[in-house]
Amino acid sequence: MSAADWRKAMNPGAGRYAWAGGAAGRRAGARPSAHPSPRPSPLRAEGEAAAGAAAWTRWIGRRVRARHLLVLLAVLAYPWVATPFFTFQIGAQALALGLIALSLTFLAGYGGMVSLAQMTVAGIAGYMYAIFATSGTDISLRWPWGLAVVLALVIATICATLIGWFSVRTEGIYTIMITLAIGVAFYYLAQQNYSLFNGFQGFQSVMTPAVAGVELRAPIPFYYLALFWALAGYFFVSYLLRAPFGVALQGIRDNPRRMSALGFNVTAHRVAAYAVAGVLAAIGGILMVWYNGLVSPGSVGTGWLINILIIAVLGGMRHPIGAFVGAVVFVLLQNFAVDLVGRERFNLLIGGVFLVIVLFSPDGMLGWWTQARQYLMTQLNRGPAAAPTQRRGQ
Amino acid sequence: MSRFWLWFWGLIIGVPAAAFVVWGLADNPKLFLTTGMNGLTLAALYFLVASGFTLVFGLMRNVNLAHGSLYLLGAYVGYVVGDRTGSWLMAVAAGFASAALFGLVLQVAVFRFMHGEDLRQTLVTIGLSIMMADILLWIFGGEIYQFDPPRAIYGRTLLPIVEVYPTYRLVLLAMSAAIGVLLWWFLNRTRVGMMIRAGVDDRAMLSAAGVNVQFVFAITFAIGAGLAGFAGVVGGTALSIAPGEDTRYQLASLVVVIVGGMGSVVGAAIGAILIGVAEQFGLAYAPTYSVVFTFVIMALVLAFRPQGILGRRA
Repeated sequence: MSAADWRKAMNPGAGRYAWAGGAAGRRAGARPSAHPSPRPSPLRAEGEAAAGAAAWTRWIGRRVRARHLLVLLAVLAYPWVATPFFTFQIGAQALALGLIALSLTFLAGYGGMVSLAQMTVAGIAGYMYAIFATSGTDISLRWPWGLAVVLALVIATICATLIGWFSVRTEGIYTIMITLAIGVAFYYLAQQNYSLFNGFQGFQSVMTPAVAGVELRAPIPFYYLALFWALAGYFFVSYLLRAPFGVALQGIRDNPRRMSALGFNVTAHRVAAYAVAGVLAAIGGILMVWYNGLVSPGSVGTGWLINILIIAVLGGMRHPIGAFVGAVVFVLLQNFAVDLVGRERFNLLIGGVFLVIVLFSPDGMLGWWTQARQYLMTQLNRGPAAAPTQRRGQ
Repeated sequence: MSRFWLWFWGLIIGVPAAAFVVWGLADNPKLFLTTGMNGLTLAALYFLVASGFTLVFGLMRNVNLAHGSLYLLGAYVGYVVGDRTGSWLMAVAAGFASAALFGLVLQVAVFRFMHGEDLRQTLVTIGLSIMMADILLWIFGGEIYQFDPPRAIYGRTLLPIVEVYPTYRLVLLAMSAAIGVLLWWFLNRTRVGMMIRAGVDDRAMLSAAGVNVQFVFAITFAIGAGLAGFAGVVGGTALSIAPGEDTRYQLASLVVVIVGGMGSVVGAAIGAILIGVAEQFGLAYAPTYSVVFTFVIMALVLAFRPQGILGRRA
């Protein structure tokens, strides 16, 4: 569906207003969108192919900085310099967790809805994959893995939409509580139900597929798989935030009543945001199930529901990259807490880090980056307002 | 909601519920009534925890997700004191006092500085609860602790149909009812209670009227936290204390106040009864899906009355 159609579907009656990045919206309709690619959105001239191409180069020149290329090169080259442990346990896990946290960043940072049920959505995707595909349990239907992935994604997205439909009835902190309650209800359901979710055991030794002879669970292939989806998710979210839907969503975050008065269907936008976040979380969930090789009630327990929030907050919710920064820090802490405070006290460490971040740096680690850059800029005497790249959020 | 819909939904929910009651009584009255009693005991415990939670929220708009940790803190401190002094009543008092003190420190040292920042307060309490759970686990380990209540309230009581029932649970029920009445009296008949109620309605106006709002906040927080600690000892005696109980009671009080309505003590009582009874009947009659009942109640309330049964729109 194109962006313009989106807007029409979302806001019957608001189509005439050129509000909410309407400038972008009107032109966005000219090209196929809603596609996870880093395509430009707020362009001046588009339509003719030549102008489009020129705009493309200009957009790239304007948007892409040396540091972006550096990061891209670094993540691509990473598995060739890192040990398999660092590639798989740290890199790939951080990317998969980051994708789930990204769905929360999208919902919370840009939609103003802090949902603790994102890990539940990921867990539903994981469970569904384990049920449809092959695992060590008899419940598994042993269908082809491609079909299982598609079914898992669809079911998880539907569940995410339902969760959203439920929780948009509430606002602010109520949303946290209701999504937490939903998440824990699913945890107990998975734990107590043996016919479908196999109870406490869950699904062990879930098969990871092999494509063209390449075992996907091997460190390097899995790293690139996770990287592909993480990048796709990142660019998709970055694109969506500048598309009419994303702009309207941010408008709703800042002032739902005004948006409603402008003719935007606030509820529909919010539920749609849950659906979009659900797709991201579901992809992350399938990656996690491949990574772990198992899915059990423990993977959707309260601890993990909160961990996703910790990851998103650690990194910072003002920019999609924050989710991945947070995930890297979280995974590093998780793996090396043993050396710092001993294996047993990981929760104390992560809780303390989280508390420090929340108390002293509300924007997470990205806040440090922004502050450091501003400081450097003033030191270099080039004025403090050197093109803030992040939208002011919250 | 119009009268028609009230009747409609009353019938939709009431008829199957009544049918279940009749069937349960006819089928196995002992099981049915015992389950009902267990449900009420659990409800009493939930009410003790949730009433503090809802009071704090109603006044300060502060979702204290460390409330469950206060429960566990009170329980452990109570256990240590009870172990040293050999007095159960001292344990109860210590549970209340320690949690109240901790709540007071929390309010004065942390929440005072982030007034009106809902999300940040919530995140801070989440961080605190993670740390507290781990510190308590560090100190007390993973063992399960049990209290020794005085002999007078321990043992069994003979009841009609149910036959024998633990005396302590009956005492718990009575205590919870007494606390409820006391809370009602405190909120409705004392000067501080009046201030708290006024603060729930309009904080700014209360401050303008010359009341030291900070003081009212501190009192409320101390009472709310103290009730959680009290429930820790009292509930720990009825069941047991172990790591993980904090999350359990945190979630229970969340669900209870979502159902009953945020900020309403009476709502917390109604919610606690609904959830406690539903949970126990679910466990007794449909063990696999007992959680689902709780969830269905919450979903129904959210669908038809998003602010909770006795809640007011924020």
